[in-house]
Amino acid sequence: MNEIPLSWTLALSAVIFIIGVVGVLVRRNALIIFMSIELMLNAANLAFVAFGRQMQSLDGQIFVFFVMTVAAAEVAVGLAIIVNLFRLRETVFVDEVNLLKG
Amino acid sequence: MIYLFAAFAATLLVSSLLVILHRHPVTSALFLVLAFCSLAGIYLMLRAEFVGMVQVIVYAGAIMVLFLFVIMYLNLPHDVESGVPTAVRRGLGWVAGAVLLAEAVALAARHSQPGPVTGAYEMTQGNTQAIGQALYTRYLFPFEITSLLLLVAMVGVIVIGKGRATPPSAPGAGEDE
Repeated sequence: MNEIPLSWTLALSAVIFIIGVVGVLVRRNALIIFMSIELMLNAANLAFVAFGRQMQSLDGQIFVFFVMTVAAAEVAVGLAIIVNLFRLRETVFVDEVNLLKG
Repeated sequence: MIYLFAAFAATLLVSSLLVILHRHPVTSALFLVLAFCSLAGIYLMLRAEFVGMVQVIVYAGAIMVLFLFVIMYLNLPHDVESGVPTAVRRGLGWVAGAVLLAEAVALAARHSQPGPVTGAYEMTQGNTQAIGQALYTRYLFPFEITSLLLLVAMVGVIVIGKGRATPPSAPGAGEDE
């Protein structure tokens, strides 16, 4: 069984991360921005797993576990904020939320 | 093996692109589920069984259900993305993405030495037991901190989501509590 090269996995991880960055910058829907952040976290997870595989270490997968926990907490809090924002301003578009604008 | 990886990677790439390109939030969320599932397949091919299963259960299961619940709760229409500011921001976003991609290519072009192989862990069969042992011995303190983090997030969500009892009379009239 031939192995998957490390560089392929890292390239895939980099491309997924960049897609996430572009999603955050391009879209104005706060929910899509959150999904893009999830994409970036998953790209980091993929890099963790790939390096852990390369170095034959289990630590990468354990860090993935912690990243997933942080992501779950972040999504829960963020979605609660979005729901509250929708109640207050009737929008989820980030450029229409200008409470702090001077 | 390589072809299977390529198939999973292609699915992952296309579905993540559709996540950020599709107009409707529900479709984006469903494509994100597809992306997470193909990523779980890649994890399985990298012999990270535990991570792959947790990816399906936590990400594709719990987190995306939360996303879809919120999207349907808010009953959002299609995104209207038009106008000059939106076009300018969109162009700048793609330019920033291209710059990042160029940086990644430049980094990959440099030859770097592979680091030392640290672990004596042999990846033969299911690694869930090994991960559990590492979590409860070497990483016990971070694991407990994780539970504290989840508790804080839970309390925070309840406090934020409670909102006010009556709908606001005027928008921006004041903050909660």
